[in-house]
Amino acid sequence: MTAAAHTAALALGDDALVLSHRLGEWAGHAPVLEEEVALANIALDLLGQARVLLSMAGDEDELAYLREERAFRNLQLVEQPNGDFAHTLARQLYFSTYQHLLYGQLATGDSVFAPLAGKAVHETAYHRDHAEQWTRRLGDGTEESHRRMQRAATALWQFTGEMFQPVEGVPADWQQLERSWQQSVTEVLTSATLEVPEGPRTGAWKAGAGRQGLHTESFGRMLAEMQHLHRSHPGARW
Amino acid sequence: MATAPARPTPGSAGEGMSEEAFEAVFDAAVAADERIEPRDWMPEAYRATLVRQIAQHAHSEIIGMQPEANWITRAPSLRRKAILMAKVQDEAGHGLYLYGAAETLGTSRDELLDKLHSGRQKYSSIFNYPTLTWADVGAIGWLVDGAAITNQVPLCRCSYGPYARAMVRVCKEESFHQRQGYESLLALSRGTAAQHEMAQDAVNRWWWPSLMMFGPPDDESAHSAQSMEWKIKRFSNDELRQRFVDICVPQAESLGLSLPDPDLRWNEERQHWDFGEIDWSEFKEILKGNGPCNDQRITQRRRAHENGAWVREAAEAYARKHSPGTPHTGTGQTPEHPAPPTGTGDRNGTRKATA
Repeated sequence: MTAAAHTAALALGDDALVLSHRLGEWAGHAPVLEEEVALANIALDLLGQARVLLSMAGDEDELAYLREERAFRNLQLVEQPNGDFAHTLARQLYFSTYQHLLYGQLATGDSVFAPLAGKAVHETAYHRDHAEQWTRRLGDGTEESHRRMQRAATALWQFTGEMFQPVEGVPADWQQLERSWQQSVTEVLTSATLEVPEGPRTGAWKAGAGRQGLHTESFGRMLAEMQHLHRSHPGARW
Repeated sequence: MATAPARPTPGSAGEGMSEEAFEAVFDAAVAADERIEPRDWMPEAYRATLVRQIAQHAHSEIIGMQPEANWITRAPSLRRKAILMAKVQDEAGHGLYLYGAAETLGTSRDELLDKLHSGRQKYSSIFNYPTLTWADVGAIGWLVDGAAITNQVPLCRCSYGPYARAMVRVCKEESFHQRQGYESLLALSRGTAAQHEMAQDAVNRWWWPSLMMFGPPDDESAHSAQSMEWKIKRFSNDELRQRFVDICVPQAESLGLSLPDPDLRWNEERQHWDFGEIDWSEFKEILKGNGPCNDQRITQRRRAHENGAWVREAAEAYARKHSPGTPHTGTGQTPEHPAPPTGTGDRNGTRKATA
C-alpha cells in the first residue's frame, strides 16, 4: 500500500471509528426505542467500515487504542459531543451526506477503496435517509424542535468546510463533492423549514484541523475513555 | 398457524354464548396445546397475567441495556466493541417485539412504560447489580443470558401465540449472546493473570444473582401454579434452576473458572448437581428497591424518556401536519420511522464477522 493510500485509509477509518464511538454513547439514552435500534445500527455500520479501513493501514486495535490524539486524522465534525438529539442528527445529516456522496464516487473508481465503498455506499444511503427524515421531522415538528434543530445545524456548520479539503490518496472530485453536498443539505434544511446557516464553514484558526491531527477539547477525553482499558493491560488479548 | 378460526369469539360466531361456554372453549384449547390468539376469548386473569409477565420481560430488556452499555465506550478491542454494540441493539429489538406482543392484549407501550417509570411494574432484579469490570460483560452473557435462555426456551411453547412467536426470535439471539459471553470469558481466563482474576471475580459476583433469576422456590412462588395450568409456564422455578446449574458446572470447568459454592457436588442418586442455600434475603431486599443500582437504573430510564419527550412530540406533530387524513393514535411511537434492520442476521455489509 502506498503512503498516500495509508494516510487516506487512516482519515476515512478514523472518521468512521470516532463517529461510531459517539453514536455508541447513545445506547440506553435514546428518545424512543426505535432510535435505540437505529443509532446502534448506524454505529455498527460505521464500526465495520472503520475495521476494514484501519486493517488496510495496519493492526486495527493498535491503531484505535495506542495512537495519541495528534495521530488521529478524523474530521473535527465527527468528534463533536452528542449534545441533544438535534445535535446528533445535525452531525448525522452533515456527515452521512458527505460520506454517501464520497463513497458513491469511490465505488465507481478503481482505487483500493472501491470494494469497501461499493458496500458502504448502501449503508450510508440508509444513514443519510435516516438523518434527512429526522431533520424534516424536527425542523417542521414543534416550535421547540424547530428551535433546537436550527441551533444544532448552525452550531455544527463551522465544522463542515473541512470535509472538502482534499485527502491525499482519496481519488475524489472534491469540488463536485462540495457542490453536491451543499445542494443536498440546502434542500433538506429548506424543506425542514430551517435556515441554511450563514457563518463560515471553517474555523479561523490557521493551524489546521482534524485531518492535520488538530482536534477539539472533548476529543482527548473521548480517547481517554476509549483507550483506557486496552492500555491498562499491555499486550493482552481480548 | 397464526390464527385459530374455528374458535368462537364474542360478537361473531359466539354471539349468545355464555361466559362459561367461552371458558370451556378456552380451557379445551389450552388442554389441546393450541395457541390462544389475540381475538380469542380469554379469561381476564389470563390476560392480566400475560400482560404482567410480558411487560416485565420487555422492561427487563430495556433496563438490561444499561449495565452492558456501560462498557461499550471502553470495550478493549474493536471486535469486542462490535459484538457488544450488536448485543445491546438486540436487546432494544427484543423490547420492541415484546411491547408489540403486549399491545396485542390491548395494552399500549406508553401505558407500560409509564408503569415502569412510576415503579408499578418491575423488571428483572438481576439488572440492579453493577457491571464493575470488563469481565462482567462476559459473565452477564454466560450466566445471565444463560439463565434467561433456560427460562425462555419453554416460553416458545407458551399458550399465547404472539408471545410464543416473539420468544422464538428472542431465544435465537439470546443463544448468540450466551455464546459470546462464554467465549469472552474463555479469552480472559486463558489470558494474563490479571485477566484471569478479573474473570473469576466477575463469576463470583454474578453466580448467585443468576440463580435467583429463576424466582423464589416453588413452594413460595405466588403465580406459578395458575401459570402452569394455563401453559404460560411449562416448568417450575426449581426445575429450571436445577437445569441451569447442571449446564453451568461442566462449562465452568471448561472455562477454567470456579463457581463460588462450596456445596456444589454431583449427586449420583438424583443425577443432578446439588448446590448450596440461596440467600433469599438479598433477593427480597433488591426486589424492595434496596439493590446497588435500583435508583440509578430507573433514574436513567426516566431521564432518557423525559429528555426525549420533545423528540416524540415533534415526530407526532410532523406526522399530523403531513398526513392530515390519517387520525393519529398518539401512542408515542413515530409511525413513519424508517424501519431499521434489527437483529444480527442481516449484517453483511462492511462488518466483519464478530463471533
